Amino acid sequence: MATQPDLQPPNENDAFREEVREFLAANFPSELRGKGSALAGVDGPTEESEAQRKWREAMGSRGWGTPTWPKEYGGGGLSRRQAAILNEEMAKAGAYNPIGGMGVMMFGPTLLEYGSEAQKKEHIPPICRGEIRWCQGYSEPNAGSDLANLQTTAEDKGDHYLVNGQKTWTSGGQWADKCFCLVRTDKSDKHKGISFLLIDMDSPGVEVRPIQMISGMSPFCETFFTDVKVPKENLVGEEGQGWTIGKRLLQHERTNLSGGGSLARMMGASLADIAKKYVETDETGAIADKVLRDRIADFEIRWNAFLLTARRATEESKAQGGVSEISSVLKKLGTKLGQERAELTIEIMGLQGLGWEGEGFTEAELAGVRAWLFGKATTIYGGSTEIQNNIIAKRVLGMLDHQ
Amino acid sequence: MAVLNEEQEMLRDMARDWATNESPVAAFRKVRASGAPEAFDRDAYTAMGQMGWTGIIVPEAHGGSDFGWLSAGLVVEELGKTLTASPLVATTLAATAIVLGGSEEQKAKWLPKLASGEAIGTLAIDEGPHHNPAKVAASVSGGKLSGTKAFVHEAHGADLFVVAATDGLYLVEKGDGVSLSTRKLTDQRSHAEVTFDGAAADKLAGGGDSLVEDVLDRARILTACEMLGMAQAVFDTTLEYLKQRVQFNQVLATFQALQHRMADLFGDLAMMRSAVEGGLQALDSGFGVPRAATIAKAEANRVLHAISREGVQLHGGIGMTDEYDIGFYLKRARVVEASWGSSAYLRDRFARIGGY
Repeated sequence: MATQPDLQPPNENDAFREEVREFLAANFPSELRGKGSALAGVDGPTEESEAQRKWREAMGSRGWGTPTWPKEYGGGGLSRRQAAILNEEMAKAGAYNPIGGMGVMMFGPTLLEYGSEAQKKEHIPPICRGEIRWCQGYSEPNAGSDLANLQTTAEDKGDHYLVNGQKTWTSGGQWADKCFCLVRTDKSDKHKGISFLLIDMDSPGVEVRPIQMISGMSPFCETFFTDVKVPKENLVGEEGQGWTIGKRLLQHERTNLSGGGSLARMMGASLADIAKKYVETDETGAIADKVLRDRIADFEIRWNAFLLTARRATEESKAQGGVSEISSVLKKLGTKLGQERAELTIEIMGLQGLGWEGEGFTEAELAGVRAWLFGKATTIYGGSTEIQNNIIAKRVLGMLDHQ
Repeated sequence: MAVLNEEQEMLRDMARDWATNESPVAAFRKVRASGAPEAFDRDAYTAMGQMGWTGIIVPEAHGGSDFGWLSAGLVVEELGKTLTASPLVATTLAATAIVLGGSEEQKAKWLPKLASGEAIGTLAIDEGPHHNPAKVAASVSGGKLSGTKAFVHEAHGADLFVVAATDGLYLVEKGDGVSLSTRKLTDQRSHAEVTFDGAAADKLAGGGDSLVEDVLDRARILTACEMLGMAQAVFDTTLEYLKQRVQFNQVLATFQALQHRMADLFGDLAMMRSAVEGGLQALDSGFGVPRAATIAKAEANRVLHAISREGVQLHGGIGMTDEYDIGFYLKRARVVEASWGSSAYLRDRFARIGGY
């Protein structure tokens, strides 16, 4: 993790930093200051204030919401160093990246790698402008951890595919414009019978039903396809290449789900600060309950080691190029630690940390409860912890399949 | 693995080759069999000096290479992989105490000799079986130091002791007023109770109020590097064993129960490596050292403890035999875990640094 030499002359980056500052001063609405993280990158409802719309359009027109993507498809075309400068300056200004969601995090990078020129030209620019919401059609009722068992079929009808079947856990399905979908084009081969297909959510025959979760929220949906006609040009890659493309996309998903940085920001106050508010402290200001204090320190040490690991993975992937198998390790560690933190937070707060709704609780307390419950999904979706363990054992450690 | 520059990669490869070829665990078996209390091979240490490893953190003006802590850590990690018994870590720590707190005269007298490998140094801080630098009774009066230090590592070969007294650190040479009583620990390395009875002592007057902790943070980080090498070696050896051993007509590596345990350890090992490298980087940048050192040693303790236990278990009965190396790592692991801060000590320190 030694510092890499900066490849660009410093004056060039200085000029870019100045450009960013001027852009922010001219375009970032002051009323949105500091409100960023709650709005960015979420596949949530579509209502947008005038200020939010203006900010999204300003960033989108420059491609700076997807700063390192190629300029020819609407990305920013920036170097990693410039993207880092953009981030730094936005943080200073209290600004946020308004372009996010699955299109940015998973689908875009995958399409840039595997899509045809026409597909990239059609689909990437609207992602860069934040105009189109994508959802993920992967899991099915009988294809969870055993994803390749998926049964949704796409039948070749000459000029189009006819899609029938059911997907589930479709995050943000009720708000999405389009779906990147794994479908079966061949029943004779489990893995080679899978293809990667793009489906318009407003096509006739698509029905979406939100699922109410233990957190009380409905961020996931069931999606039904009944005789849905999908144009042939919406096939990404070759027929039968879907498993390869789909797995590649999952690597991007894992990298984002583990997301040390954003997770840390989301989590806000340190556990020690929360504890000082909810439990007794002694005359020196230390947490009086020595056992609890020890457990907080134990957690924080491991959490810091995880953040260092996320940073190290970024630096190593920069040196080697692209996302790597280490994404499984980060996903496994980050989600487990996130859950542990949520449990410890609730324990620190006692019953005050278990409010469901109504009087007697702050907004932060209520939000914390929902986040604790929702967080149980993190070790299940995107490939459960058990699946990550299989991937690590087989692909990274070279341990063999059961014979 | 940290992203290294070309010189660091060369240094690491050189250390790896040397440890593998010249100092495998078999070399430690020979040292053990000799029964010599200083418990290291003088010729091997001379070779380390010639390769410049003893002077990596010593300034060039005093005969070192000033190559930085990340570089020193790379070498110590590689030597940890093969359980190389040597006073390299102890001497490096004695040298850093002088670099941080010594006068020009003290530096000129000791650093060139420590850097070349001609002289051996070690820290003598704790006075009981638990690391606790706040509890020091040794004292100095009229330039003479008296007190007893417990479990001093590499004491038998040491020419110079860096001793903690109630008012700071002192340099004490072996000889008059210094006596050793051997303490054989499970790792079969050199440890002794060292009694100072009016021994001539020369104070390290520089370095400010935090000198003792600054030196100890370097001890924590460099020890964590040795532990990282050990943990990596136990992991690799165990993985190799699981891929070869056949039971129920199957290679053990095909059993999912074992695969998931190895995946867990692999994740822990990644966190340990990040924490240890974070400590080295903090030393090289000079920023946030106490916190980074605490994280580094705490993670090293946690993960080496887990891996050394699982290493024996996953080897099964053969792991209980002296013929297999795996037990050597277990027996060294607990000694380094207890040195310069147990897990409980480090968690308390982490909370103190964080103001809670």
